[in-house]
Amino acid sequence: MSTPRYEMGLKAALRELLSYKSGVMGLGLLLLLVAISIYTVIAIPYDRAISLWRGEGGIWLDKPRNAAPIWIKYLIGKNLPENIVLDTRVRRVGVVKAVTPIPGTNFKKLYIEFTFNYPYDGFPSEINLFFYAKYNATAPLLRIYWVKPGGEEFKLMDYMLRAPDDILYLSINPEAYRSALRHVVEALGKEPATELPIEVCLFGVEDESMLDVSTARSLKGTYKLIIRGTLFGEDADVDVKAVIYGRVWGLAGTDHLRRDLTIALLWGTPVAMAFGLTASVAVSIIHLIIGTISGYYGGKVDLIIQRLTEIYMVIPFLPFLILLATFYKLTIWLILAVVIILSIFSPGIKSTRALVMQIREYPYIEAAKAYGASDLRIVFLYIIPKILPPIVPGMIGAIPGYVFLEAGLSILGLGDPYLPTWGKVINDAYTNGALYKGYYYWVLEPSFMLILTALAFAMLGFALDKIVNPRLREL
Amino acid sequence: MNYMRAGGVVKGLAKRAIMLYLTLVISMYITIVVANMGGLVDQYIKSQLILEITYNIKRNPEYRNLPPAEIDKLIKKTFEIEIKRRGLDKPFLVRSFIYLKDALTLDLGRAMYLQSDSGSRQVKIIILERLPQTVMLFTTSMLIHFFVNLFMGLYLARHYGSFLDKLFIALSPTSVIPGWFYGIFLILIFYSWLHVLPPGGIVDVPPPEDPILYSLSVLKHMILPLASWIISGFFLGCYSSRTFFLIFSTEDYVEAARAKGVPPRLIERRYILRPALPPIVTNFALGLIGSWSGAIITERVFNWPGLGMLTYNAINAFDTPVLVGITVIYAYLLMITVFLLDIVYVLIDPRIRLSLGGR
Repeated sequence: MSTPRYEMGLKAALRELLSYKSGVMGLGLLLLLVAISIYTVIAIPYDRAISLWRGEGGIWLDKPRNAAPIWIKYLIGKNLPENIVLDTRVRRVGVVKAVTPIPGTNFKKLYIEFTFNYPYDGFPSEINLFFYAKYNATAPLLRIYWVKPGGEEFKLMDYMLRAPDDILYLSINPEAYRSALRHVVEALGKEPATELPIEVCLFGVEDESMLDVSTARSLKGTYKLIIRGTLFGEDADVDVKAVIYGRVWGLAGTDHLRRDLTIALLWGTPVAMAFGLTASVAVSIIHLIIGTISGYYGGKVDLIIQRLTEIYMVIPFLPFLILLATFYKLTIWLILAVVIILSIFSPGIKSTRALVMQIREYPYIEAAKAYGASDLRIVFLYIIPKILPPIVPGMIGAIPGYVFLEAGLSILGLGDPYLPTWGKVINDAYTNGALYKGYYYWVLEPSFMLILTALAFAMLGFALDKIVNPRLREL
Repeated sequence: MNYMRAGGVVKGLAKRAIMLYLTLVISMYITIVVANMGGLVDQYIKSQLILEITYNIKRNPEYRNLPPAEIDKLIKKTFEIEIKRRGLDKPFLVRSFIYLKDALTLDLGRAMYLQSDSGSRQVKIIILERLPQTVMLFTTSMLIHFFVNLFMGLYLARHYGSFLDKLFIALSPTSVIPGWFYGIFLILIFYSWLHVLPPGGIVDVPPPEDPILYSLSVLKHMILPLASWIISGFFLGCYSSRTFFLIFSTEDYVEAARAKGVPPRLIERRYILRPALPPIVTNFALGLIGSWSGAIITERVFNWPGLGMLTYNAINAFDTPVLVGITVIYAYLLMITVFLLDIVYVLIDPRIRLSLGGR
């Protein structure tokens, strides 16, 4: 065991590690994950991540629901619709708002015109109008119009605000739907064969293809959304934010609650790393110490530890973990503590014990005893440092198991109640039928991160195993 | 074997049996305490109970004309009777020992909330109803695993250094990914994308009448869960059994036999497999017992109605009798297996026979 290898130090060990392909890849991936973790913790602090994930203050209202990541466009070669947000409070080209008083009254005329380009294949997922109004007694009366590229303006609906910060869900509004459909029927001279969603009516090419929802194509060009209205009162005013929700959004897409998945993917990294690393290191060190004590002292101590190991063998680990997590709604750090406590004694102790029983008879231990070193000193300073290196690969290799354990608990709905983790994203995707509805990105992205983490540690563990257990290298 | 030695063996085994039984008793007691959260689950049960009783009494037309004070009294009385009937009036410490005695005598009692599909509340019936499904899936997977690993390991050890051998080494890190995780991918590929296999469940809905069609449907539903487990363990399993055999084949006595010119087949059988037998038997037996209790996460991913799912449902309902029932059966099976293994060791490993007999 006491080859000069261990005296070469960290630098030499690293050089040797890099001489294995799996070592290079494992280390590379690990560095990447560490970089992501550090970036995440600095860029999105813990509290902010939690508040973002809870969607405090309706921050996700502008984002599309279940939108795929934006790079999907290039992957499938289709220009999928992106999000279009038009806001009268943000003046820019294409947004016109005019308020003119009507002489002789204290009424005002409102004219809002949103002009936007729609160059995309496919139809938007949703259309909502958010109102930010000021009025006293009577709510403003609004009339909403739609203009297709090269087409005539037609009225969609009348709308009276129900509250100053009202939201009009145009996509599910029956009046708007009737008007849009009437417009299509007038343009085509025929009833469509299948039910057309309002987005198809508003954005479709008006020809034969539109009669069936499966063949309908989007009309590319410049659209107009016009709102004309009457405001009652001197200081009445209306601002509108129109959101035409796309089908792709951001680097990672969004989930069923419109949340940006990048937050969960980023935050999942430090959580998974911390969870896996802490669990694995703690469990391995505990096993090492208990195994050493068991092997070194022998006799009654050994007997008790052996019995405790057998008792632990019977105790159902996962059911207990699930039970505690369910009963107390544990956070991820408490789950971690429970995991460690539930794996204090395991059959893994046996190999350390056997090794220590050999080492106990070595001359240098006898020498230590002869000059009066205490048992504790021998155990912690003379034996454990000697047998520590061989367990390092196992320790690294065990990390993925704990990372997946956390993910598995999340799949059972027992993840951390606040923090976004990969497992929770998979669970959300699973319970919301992502696999059945075709939202593959939703499952694949967190899975990819999990696999990356698992492989990083597994490959590193394998390479280290060859270095510290030279016998394996020969095989 | 002379009589003195045989006596020693029997004495050693008897001692071992007592130790194992003590272990079983202690671990069952821990299980009972934890499954009841040290008595905290009682509070939960009591509050559930009072809700249920209040609801039933208020809904009962017979009591509609009673004054509110009378109704309150009635609720209280029913609650007390029910508490007594369930034995909840005694302190938890006392009850925990009653539970222990029941568990050890395999008197599994009645479930609190869960029911078997046939409508029974007997824990024994609930468990026995789920057992075949779990055994069908996980024991099959364990058996396939065991034999594939054994033979593939031997093959790789024989052809060590070949391309296949290196491939298995390179792919062995894929086994850190658990079966349920592969399961999600398999569902994604074979259900969502290719539409060829069902995503979960055990049989088509509605189940086919014809028994042949029924079993075919079950087989079809088994493919993905089975495959997910086999893929997950395949490379690492073969790799470790290969390494295991290689370590045995570098022993000095094997080298000596080789030098003597013993044919390779004979070396494999007598010099490598023979001394490797005890760990192989242990793996097999413990794997068999381990497959019994199913896999909670895999069963949930595949919606497979086995014991893992039952465990999960029992936990969510805090149905401790079911949980304790599953654990105690597992504990007995495990302890009996460990004991049988000790006997088998005595039979197949002369070293152990000697050390036990010499005591």
